[in-house]
Amino acid sequence: MDLIRVKNVNKQYKNGVTAIYDLTLNIKKGSFAFVIGGSGSGKSTFIKMLYREEKPTSGEIIVGGINVAKLRNNKVYKLRRKLGIVFQDYRLLPKLTVYENVAFTMEALGAKKQETRKKVLRALELVGLKSKIHNYPDQLSGGEQQRVAIARAIVNEPKIMLCDEPTGNLDPERSMEIVKVLEEINKTCGTTILMATHDKEIVNKMQKEVILLKDGRLIKHLEKGGYEE
Amino acid sequence: MKFFRMLGRSIRDAFKSVFRNFSLSLASISCITITLIIVAISILITFNVQNFTKEMEKDLTIVIFLDSNTTEEEVQDIKNKLEKINNVESLTYQSKTAIKEEMRKESDIFNEVMSSWSDEDNPLKDTFQVKVKEVEKIKSTAEKIKRIDKVSTVKYGEGMVDNLIVAFEAAKKVSYGMVIALILVTVFLIINTIKLTIFSRKREISIMRLVGASNFTIKTPFIIEGMILGILGSIIPILIICFGYVALYDYFDGYLYSQMIVLIKPEPFIYMISGIVLVIGIIVGMIGSSTAVRKYLKV
Repeated sequence: MDLIRVKNVNKQYKNGVTAIYDLTLNIKKGSFAFVIGGSGSGKSTFIKMLYREEKPTSGEIIVGGINVAKLRNNKVYKLRRKLGIVFQDYRLLPKLTVYENVAFTMEALGAKKQETRKKVLRALELVGLKSKIHNYPDQLSGGEQQRVAIARAIVNEPKIMLCDEPTGNLDPERSMEIVKVLEEINKTCGTTILMATHDKEIVNKMQKEVILLKDGRLIKHLEKGGYEE
Repeated sequence: MKFFRMLGRSIRDAFKSVFRNFSLSLASISCITITLIIVAISILITFNVQNFTKEMEKDLTIVIFLDSNTTEEEVQDIKNKLEKINNVESLTYQSKTAIKEEMRKESDIFNEVMSSWSDEDNPLKDTFQVKVKEVEKIKSTAEKIKRIDKVSTVKYGEGMVDNLIVAFEAAKKVSYGMVIALILVTVFLIINTIKLTIFSRKREISIMRLVGASNFTIKTPFIIEGMILGILGSIIPILIICFGYVALYDYFDGYLYSQMIVLIKPEPFIYMISGIVLVIGIIVGMIGSSTAVRKYLKV
């Protein structure tokens, strides 16, 4: 079953730059795929269109049964609830503790206190940060902050995780840790993971599904492979 | 159930963020306070101006003098005619004999002079005093009355009253305009201040959107926060109204300059004005924060 279906998608920004040309691809449920390519290849635009931060100029995108291209602004939250999103810059709230940052998602969805507590603790356990729930983000290292962000993304048990260069700010060792955490989530929860990166080492080591973009065009889509251009 | 849980959470979050971002909240609150003070004062003035113009209008009367040879039937006839005029609110009749008696009571000199007058050579005239419904039309009403048979003179303090009416109308319009303009300025100022507050929390809003919070969930705490700011901002203006107006009223003994200008009694007037100020504060705070948040809810 295809969880993400992209058909003939073009994206042209208002300033005239075309970021994606005629992109068609499907991603199966439960897969772990790397979206790779150099700067300006359209990786970020592709990820942004999947969570409806950007709208495609033409074409069709269906994520978890939702027609993203036709989704109205005030209904975007319905899509976002099915997704967990992780960024290069973590995007944590500095004035909230680790626990509160993760609980933020549950509260936004109106969950009960007990349920929130149970799920938040489980998510933090999964990323290995259960001992730091009362710390503030600036008391954590970059890798730890990213793990908090991952916990926040998975706390609602999304079907899909979208990661936009999650290891971009981390050293190779920490980067590997993050990817291992993602792999663990992929295996234990069955979450479909899509990760944009330009880290060759990680891609080569993991030997997962690879989507190679170049200048906005799909060059390769391999079931298993490393980073090659 | 879920709705109330979310609402409770929104209220809690709103209080939290008022205190967490206290310096910015203080900026909004003082902006609201200052503008509401000005609005409150102008409302006080407007209501008082209206009150005393109304009081003065009540005293305006048209006095009608009848010809000396008017018979009683003719008086009755004139009375009927007067009552048919639309703008006439009420009228009182005084015969020349009654006037004579009244004047004799007023002073000894009058008493002496008038004692020799018999009913036939009484030079005084029968009069009607007419109160009108709409003061603005007093002139045309007076002219209509003049045309009635046997009416010799009609007086309503022409020039002075005309000028006064024009002045009252102008005062009313100006004060209404002032209050409306001030409220608009207040809304604008407060929206801008609250925008500033919310701008600093752009990140928070974008993350809320990212994790799948609906627009309602995002907006509600901010709107409640705006209401709280409005309430906090109206405390000082309300205190100023309550204590200031009472002090002013006591100091002037209820009149300003002369017996003519009557101030409105403080109770329940100050409670009404306080209510108005509070409502303006709350509404303006709500509008301010919801317009500011709306800006960040678009993608």
